[in-house]
Amino acid sequence: MAASTDRDLQFRDPEKAEQLSDRLEELMAEIDGRVDVMHVCGSHEQAIAKFGLRSVLPDGLSVRMGPGCPVCVTDMPEVDEAVALAEDGKIVTTYGDMLKVPGTAKSLADARDEGADVRVVYSASEAAEIAAETDEDVVFFATGFETTAAPTAAVLADDPPANFSILSAHKYVPPAMEVVAEMPDTNVDAFLAAGHAAVITGSGIFEEFVDEYEIPTVVGGFEPLDILLGLVKILEFVRDDEAGLANAYPRCVTEDGNVPAKEALWEVFETTRGEWRGIAEIPDADLALRDEYAQYDAREIFDIDAAYEDEQDPLTAKCISGDIMAGKADPDECELYGEECTPENPVGASMVSSEGTCKIWLEYGGHPDL
Amino acid sequence: MSENAETDAEETNADGAAEDTTGDGATADDAADAPEAVIDAGVGAGGGRMREFVESEILARFGDGSARVGLGALEDGSVHSVEGDIVLTTDTHVVDPPVFPGGDIGELAISGTVNDLAMMGATDPIALTCGLIVEAGTPESLVTDVLDSMAAAADRVGVEISTGDTKVMGAGEIDRIAINTTGIGRVTGEPLQAARLEAGDRIVVSGPIGEHGLAVLSAREGFDFGGDLASDVAPVNDLVRAAMAAGTVRTATDPTRGGLAMALNEFASSADAGIAVEERAIPISEAASAAGEVLGIEPLDVANEGVAVFGVAPDDADAVVDALREAGAPDATIVGEVLTDHPGRVVLDTGIGRRYLAEPTGEQLPRIC
Ligand code: SF4
Repeated sequence: MAASTDRDLQFRDPEKAEQLSDRLEELMAEIDGRVDVMHVCGSHEQAIAKFGLRSVLPDGLSVRMGPGCPVCVTDMPEVDEAVALAEDGKIVTTYGDMLKVPGTAKSLADARDEGADVRVVYSASEAAEIAAETDEDVVFFATGFETTAAPTAAVLADDPPANFSILSAHKYVPPAMEVVAEMPDTNVDAFLAAGHAAVITGSGIFEEFVDEYEIPTVVGGFEPLDILLGLVKILEFVRDDEAGLANAYPRCVTEDGNVPAKEALWEVFETTRGEWRGIAEIPDADLALRDEYAQYDAREIFDIDAAYEDEQDPLTAKCISGDIMAGKADPDECELYGEECTPENPVGASMVSSEGTCKIWLEYGGHPDL
Repeated sequence: MSENAETDAEETNADGAAEDTTGDGATADDAADAPEAVIDAGVGAGGGRMREFVESEILARFGDGSARVGLGALEDGSVHSVEGDIVLTTDTHVVDPPVFPGGDIGELAISGTVNDLAMMGATDPIALTCGLIVEAGTPESLVTDVLDSMAAAADRVGVEISTGDTKVMGAGEIDRIAINTTGIGRVTGEPLQAARLEAGDRIVVSGPIGEHGLAVLSAREGFDFGGDLASDVAPVNDLVRAAMAAGTVRTATDPTRGGLAMALNEFASSADAGIAVEERAIPISEAASAAGEVLGIEPLDVANEGVAVFGVAPDDADAVVDALREAGAPDATIVGEVLTDHPGRVVLDTGIGRRYLAEPTGEQLPRIC
């Protein structure tokens, strides 16, 4: 039979992987201490878990996931707003991963089971197409980081139907990195920044961050060799005690990023203060519609009544997903992990999304000492 | 008669529709309002319409075999003369869509049960049952096609379908068609069981992994992989027979729901041993691998319907692989080994690093975001 070319891709070459992990060993020997790297992307976590990369990392080098799952950081009241809109008879559209994310009292999937019109779409433009075909109000529950915010912006800038609006839960990553870097009990020596957000914003976006917080930052891709190479660059910075910025994913990321997409993003959105689920309230890390786009802002158009505070599921209080995203805990430290909390019956958002650490760990067999 | 006619189906006017189903036919080219022949509640209602269906559609296909009292007698059951240890197994099949690239639910139902018997060591099944549940309104052509597939698959194995039951449910009460098949077979020697695995035993797979599950999911999601991806659904009792003849086979399983990942975890936990697997040794076709990437699904987690996984004594593993290849499984290969370490767990070497291969959690759903 034909061998799978996919698995033989050059970026999955075992020999090169071994050379890179040898290089990591050498660098760690030179550093002679512990190094904590945080990455900020579910796709990084997925690749690390899927390829068993942690088993080839040298002792003392820890790589863990930060607030890199857009579904996980969508705050409960934001889900509540979407649920309230759906229960109020609007057609609520959103990405599939959002359906099961628990709100205070229920998820969009629960609302749908009770008869609300909640539809899964693959893009903001698909949601706008639904609006074009109906007279009813169609709300797009817009979640995700720069990568999905830019396409949402493009749809809004392109004169969508008047019955179309968005409930923005879009979030902007760099300010969240600042907050996590500053947390007293989080130890982050370096960041492996997310390749696909940087495709839009460019690697240059992190310059200020690196200068101000003096934390080495390397933009990394998602193949095993990309990640190992990113870690090599990180350890070189750490060894040289240099707070540098490097792009280890140049085949996709440029310094300036995708300029038209970036322009559309900032034409439509502005940053605002917002709560990241389980982590903190972060200045300038939520993306809200600018006044010029108020006619598409569900929060402006509708009187959203989402008050569920009293009915919160007691299990939710036990979810340590916030600590996991702040780099303070691993999923298997959660008492509900894999028992009360599973992908079918998620307690926290980290068990819902394919970008969530808890789900990824469960799917790929945890973080074993192998 | 064993095609007994108890039914909860509400009384339905089996007039027009009933006549249509026996008529020679609306074709797609007829006027748009020409009704397509569908299964109506009358088929399940136990009267003449029921008998007509059983005789024309069921008996005509499944016929009589070696049973002392077979299906054709239309008694309450069939009678078989057997000696020695009997394996009994049952499985209910539902699949969306019921006809998929490479097969359909009928072939699946026969293969599934023949394979379950074979995985216990009963490679020459004696008889099968056919419990058919159809949703009222299902095109009759779908049902007859499925019955054709069942007959063809049973013929290929040389097993008779010697008793059965047909029910028609109301529209919306089930999704088109479900089939239960129960089978009996004779096992000579030790039944194959995962608990018999010993450290050092080799894990052998008979063919490429992931084809069935990914073909069905692709069809459901409307992806077309250019005909390269088709279900592997097939009876594999002959492969198991060949493997058992070539060496000491301690256990065998067909990695259906939950895929190879589930099957290996079950081996590991039944044997209370670890299992080490080389991911790159596992045969996976380019089409399955590509479909897995597109759908966001691991080929190791999805059902296979024409693959057997064996635990084989170390010295016999090469001979078993050769025998499987000769018996029509050219991709048969050794993928792993039973360990003393990591009891109950499967350790996957990805070629780059190592991780545990977990049991899949829940139904495999394509990525939506
Ligand atoms: S396992 Fe579930 S409850 Fe525990 S931290 Fe993860 S998402 Fe929260």
